[in-house]
Amino acid sequence: MSEEKIYAFPNGCTPGNPVTFDPEICNGCNLCVDACQVDVLIPNPVKGKPPLVLFPEECWYAGCCEGICPRPGAIQIHLPLPQRVRWKRKDTGEHFRVSR
Amino acid sequence: MNWRQYVKKYGLIEWPYPVRYGEEREIEADVLVLGGGIAGCWAAISAARKGLKVVLVEKGATVKSGSGGSGCDHWLNTPHPGTDVTAEEIVGWELEMTEGYCNALSRYIAARESYETLLEMEQMGGVIRDLKDEFKGAPFRDEKTKFLFAYDYKSRIHFRVRGSTFKVALHKECKRLGVKILDRVMATGLLTEGGRNGARVVGATGLHCRTGEFFIFKARAVVNGLSRHQRNWCFSTEIRGNANFRPTQIVGDGHAMSWRAGAEFTMMEKSLPTSFASGNVFQPYSHGNGINTWVPCTMVDANGKEIPWVDRDGRILKTVEERCMPAPGQRFMGERTQGYTHKRPELIPDLEERIRKGEYTLPLYADLTGMPEHERRVIWGLMVGEEGKTRVPVYIYYNEAGFDPARDLLQSYMFLGGDPMRGSVRPQDRTGGEIGDAGGLVTDWNLMTNLEGYFAAGDALFAANYHYHAAATGRYAGRKAAEYAEKTKFSPIDRKQVARERRWVYRPLENRDELEWKELNAAACRIMQNYCGEYKNEELLKLALISLRELQEQDAPRVCVDNPHKLMRTLEVYNILTCNEMIVHASMARKASSQILGFTRLDYPELDPPEWKKWILLRNEEGSIKTRDLPLDFWKPLKENYEKNR
Repeated sequence: MSEEKIYAFPNGCTPGNPVTFDPEICNGCNLCVDACQVDVLIPNPVKGKPPLVLFPEECWYAGCCEGICPRPGAIQIHLPLPQRVRWKRKDTGEHFRVSR
Repeated sequence: MNWRQYVKKYGLIEWPYPVRYGEEREIEADVLVLGGGIAGCWAAISAARKGLKVVLVEKGATVKSGSGGSGCDHWLNTPHPGTDVTAEEIVGWELEMTEGYCNALSRYIAARESYETLLEMEQMGGVIRDLKDEFKGAPFRDEKTKFLFAYDYKSRIHFRVRGSTFKVALHKECKRLGVKILDRVMATGLLTEGGRNGARVVGATGLHCRTGEFFIFKARAVVNGLSRHQRNWCFSTEIRGNANFRPTQIVGDGHAMSWRAGAEFTMMEKSLPTSFASGNVFQPYSHGNGINTWVPCTMVDANGKEIPWVDRDGRILKTVEERCMPAPGQRFMGERTQGYTHKRPELIPDLEERIRKGEYTLPLYADLTGMPEHERRVIWGLMVGEEGKTRVPVYIYYNEAGFDPARDLLQSYMFLGGDPMRGSVRPQDRTGGEIGDAGGLVTDWNLMTNLEGYFAAGDALFAANYHYHAAATGRYAGRKAAEYAEKTKFSPIDRKQVARERRWVYRPLENRDELEWKELNAAACRIMQNYCGEYKNEELLKLALISLRELQEQDAPRVCVDNPHKLMRTLEVYNILTCNEMIVHASMARKASSQILGFTRLDYPELDPPEWKKWILLRNEEGSIKTRDLPLDFWKPLKENYEKNR
């Protein structure tokens, strides 16, 4: 068993993860924080680090954050799990799902 | 990193912005515009072009906010030199579709000025033509102008546009013209002459949603571009983003503050079943269907068997192109399919029955693979890609995930769970404002409300809808507000009224820490589902009012407000409660049932009796409800009235 601390956290909300950041690409410029019309994100207390998702279930999935981001790949949007759509390859009949 | 991951690693975080509860900023404007969406930006631009000092107040971020902020794929109902369809005919279609319950006044203004507005959009940097010749030779393209059209390739009144470029361009133009933009400021109340209800509007108040600072605006004219009511019957405490057709922060702030000030509303009794806001629906346009953005997509069943498209007379159409051509003798086609005269082709109406009988096998798929290449690219690329919310989460992401419209069939959730286009999951899941035309402010031909100096545009207007309409009416209202401001002096603002407004804004900070705002919103919706839902009668409506007041008096003061953001969300729910009361009062005033308004009174069951085919106008006069009637066609004659006032 690991020695990791166990915290008394309340239940989170759904979706818990509408937006993720690649810390290697994001330079914490916070343009996305200011473009999000719902104000889902807050700046990271550590300068230069990716913003934090404070109000995940308020996300409208408009993609304004990624639309304004100058660094491709820094932001990824993830549709909520129950809203992932499937498709089928016509010639092989294989099934796929939007999986990010 | 989300908040929880951060807290685990580093510990609790303080609110990242300076907190300035109670601090005041006073700002003066010739024209004050509330709401920085499509209507608000256009109003600000058109007032600023007259050389006036314009202030724009926006709860989100003007660069991308509002229903049309992330995109728009079609610009509808626009007469222009390349068509012989007239503004009168277009409004005629709207009137037929709504059986007269249509804001013909604002629709006519929009139809008359829509093309000019679109060309101005282009001058600002919006992309409205096929400049790269991607669709050269396509039947929906005009080779001379390079315009692209949707739905009806013959009459050509609906433009296909690259609307993801629009909002950024509008924002830039506002800045270029010197409009003072205040982002993250929620408009909270109207200020009137002498602080009196029903008097001239002389300013407004606001709250900064990050710092909690209080704003006092003094203006010679005010434009309301604050959209409409939402989340009145239906609210998913989770998965809200996908559940809402319009942005989650559109709740009816503008409706509520106008109501408190004594502005007149109509059609608030209307509600329709919807599965939006239930938390079950998919991201709009994110799965296959044959509806608006996806028209004229080929649909197939699980075995690849094609579902026929039929015209308004039930004639099966053999080619893809025929799906966008008027039927024999048909003048032009509308974007939607209600009404016979301008009905456009759709999938066979008895599809569900045929699936039950085994003629088609579920699930269905959108099959772009066999379509003409220009149709495939215009649906998957221009339409899905430029429509609001589709560019990043659908078009870009599906492509990255490996979806190839030339090889793959996108599953349709029609007849499965959570299809937003097929009506309601439950009859009590209703909307007055999520989709289609909704109740709102009544105006004259200057788009001025009954409160002098107070104008309305876009979805703040009753029976309004669509991007083109928000743009054209915003541009018109801004012009009219500027003309009014030029001949009007500033009025002193009433300090007692400011103190009252300030009290309303900050009172939740004294709340007990027992509930979250979401629970209050959910309770407000449940009251509407119970007492003002599918079935209504006098007794139920009385109970609705009692319950809503109870909620306001007993439970609203229990909502915890941790920070300015949550204060804003809490005030939003207070506004939702006000809109709910408006809906109940409007429902009490209409003593007849109506099919088109989705309105069933068990104690007045007769459907649309002629004496009730009228507008019922309501306003709140210091807490008592005043009503008056207007004939459905109070706006006529359209052409003369428009030309006299424009």
